Amino acid sequence: MSKEPFLQISKRRNGMKWQERLGVRFIALILSLIVCGAVIVALVKMNPVDVYRAIWDGAMGTERRMWMTIRDTMVLLCIAIGLAPAFKMKFWNIGAEGQILIGGACSAAVMIYAGDKMSPVLLLIVMLIASILGGMIWGMIPSVFKAYWNTNETLFTLMLNYVAMQVVTYCIVFWENPKGSNTVGIINQATQTGWLPQLFGQKYGWNVVIVLILTVGMFVYLKYCKQGFEIAVVGESENTARYAGIHVKRVIIRTMAISGAICGIAGFVIVSGASHTISTATAGGRGFTAIIVAWLSKFNTFIMIAVSFGIVLMQQGAVQIATQYGLNENASDVLLGIILFFLIGAEFFINYKVKRTKR
Amino acid sequence: MKKALAIGLAAAMTVSMSASVYAGEEGGAGVAKEDLKVGIIYIGDENEGYTAAHMKGIDEMQEELGLDDSQIIEKTLIGEDEGCYDAAADLADQGCQIVFANSFGHETYILEAAGEYPEVQFCHATGTQAASSGLSNMHNYFTNIYEARYVSGVVAGLKLNEMIEDGTIKEDAAKMGYVGAFPYAEVISGYTSFYLGAKSVCPSVTMEVKYTNSWASFDLEKECADALISDGCVLISQHADTTGAPTACETAGVPCVGYNIDMTSVAPDAALTSASMDWGVYYKYAVQCILDGTAIDTDWCKGFADGADKITPLNDKVVAEGTEEKVKEVEDALIDGSLHVFDTSTFTVDGKELTTYKKDGSDTEYISDGYFHESEYGSAPAFDIAIDGITSITQ
Repeated sequence: MSKEPFLQISKRRNGMKWQERLGVRFIALILSLIVCGAVIVALVKMNPVDVYRAIWDGAMGTERRMWMTIRDTMVLLCIAIGLAPAFKMKFWNIGAEGQILIGGACSAAVMIYAGDKMSPVLLLIVMLIASILGGMIWGMIPSVFKAYWNTNETLFTLMLNYVAMQVVTYCIVFWENPKGSNTVGIINQATQTGWLPQLFGQKYGWNVVIVLILTVGMFVYLKYCKQGFEIAVVGESENTARYAGIHVKRVIIRTMAISGAICGIAGFVIVSGASHTISTATAGGRGFTAIIVAWLSKFNTFIMIAVSFGIVLMQQGAVQIATQYGLNENASDVLLGIILFFLIGAEFFINYKVKRTKR
Repeated sequence: MKKALAIGLAAAMTVSMSASVYAGEEGGAGVAKEDLKVGIIYIGDENEGYTAAHMKGIDEMQEELGLDDSQIIEKTLIGEDEGCYDAAADLADQGCQIVFANSFGHETYILEAAGEYPEVQFCHATGTQAASSGLSNMHNYFTNIYEARYVSGVVAGLKLNEMIEDGTIKEDAAKMGYVGAFPYAEVISGYTSFYLGAKSVCPSVTMEVKYTNSWASFDLEKECADALISDGCVLISQHADTTGAPTACETAGVPCVGYNIDMTSVAPDAALTSASMDWGVYYKYAVQCILDGTAIDTDWCKGFADGADKITPLNDKVVAEGTEEKVKEVEDALIDGSLHVFDTSTFTVDGKELTTYKKDGSDTEYISDGYFHESEYGSAPAFDIAIDGITSITQ
């Protein structure tokens, strides 16, 4: 008796058509929601449809909630856009947290020290530039080491997160308000200098504009620019890139400068456009969440909009199900985990064919 | 003549208008009970002692006033960032007439929301800025927790005496350890009152304070307590929100005094008692104000006399003999006002008795009639002086 395996797995030669890919992902999403429903029923014996509805209501139920969701979506999207070029180059930048924190701290410093020394518009521009430079430097440090001494960027960027956290902790000692509170509080609460102004009557209007410009810009950059192509080649194989005459060191450093700069902008958007404060929790783990966003979207910045929205929707909805049903916020993390598991699992079926062995 | 009449009329109108506005705010027009909605913003959830104590207070208020579950909207795990403002604004949007927030760092965000929703009352625990904000709908509240800490200090002091008497420790080795969260006035006031309580019965006592720089971290608090014990501390207390310190004490066999909740479940052979607060007293008061349409105090601070502070039941297995009688005596003295926790004759600063103290450039004199007037000029603790006998390691 021959030992034939029951299932046979082979790589798809020609890949799937985009409609088929979309179909597989859609099926995965539906399946994940069914499993989530089963988990909800099994654990807390509640109607899953009610829970889903509460999540939607919590995130989109009122105009204010909708804008909160949009605001957080934009921040997550901005970070994911920043990560996209680095990850496309297979440079594992898990240091977005630190790059955001440094960018945010630069904005906060300008707000605090120069808030009354220049016109509001100039102040915002200086803040933006400071954040870009801060994030850029924080992103370039590990890339220079990687390019010249081939250090491990995963560890390097990760460790720089903790350095950035300590830098912010140190700054808080000088900036805390009231003294001894260990928090900075809302910066320039009375004058609102250094706050992104309203746009079209919307408090977070500028956040949306800034991030959407980046979305389009990054899409074009990666897809249609020579530099974007270089990133892809370096990511596939450094030797090929070298053979093709690409200056690999320069591409690595340049790409991380861009990646860090955009994460710095995310710090600016958070500090100037949303929280108006700085703390070690300013990035709040979003630098890591954005990695999932970038990967799931295959670095397509327009798909990132949808993925960011989906994740923020679950997070915003979490507060609502906690309030309404006494379900802990962590319940929403469980559901999000199940959904991501299915969506990432779907990639397997997109890339491989699974066939039952003929008898 | 005409001009004078016009001015007179205008003045009369202004007065009558402001009077009617005044009546609208203060008099009569309360909220019907079935229309009432109460919003609460918590820094933690039911798994964290400090927030659990607030939740208990809210439950008491709900039961006493007979409110339906749907009238109480609780938001848990709200951080000290824009999420707090979001939560406050969302609660106001949902029609809450009163919104509470329980963490120190929530304050600036609550102020932001209070400015935006003048018709909603915002009450912030442990904060300091309501009076200076000039917003009539912003309020601070706290309890005289220093009284409870003083009483728990007495319990600790008696335990030290017992240890000295039965020869477990020498008289000059009566050193207590204190796990503090942050070097704020709230914490300094707390450990000083605890120390003074212990000193009132055990004169040779000294204390060492270490900070975790976190309100609630089980690991840090446990490590901190272990470090204090290895520094020679023979009794541990805490101003941090988890059971980290009592857990370390139970393992090391060192008696301890907890905070917020009864610690006997994690330290049955080490916990003496805990200083705790009954937030329900305030929640009942504030929500009743909304129902009656009366104004809420800008700074509210009550103590033992009103039942807002207490110590948890004494753990008979650990406390020294005669503790219960002594506690009763001290509590009565606090209630009738014959005992002041920060009596300046009981402690020294740099070897001298303190006779005057002013803070932050203000003219308020905190010391008069022989004691420091804690929590009288603002609901949040004010005592932030380093007194002799306590060493603190700030960083």
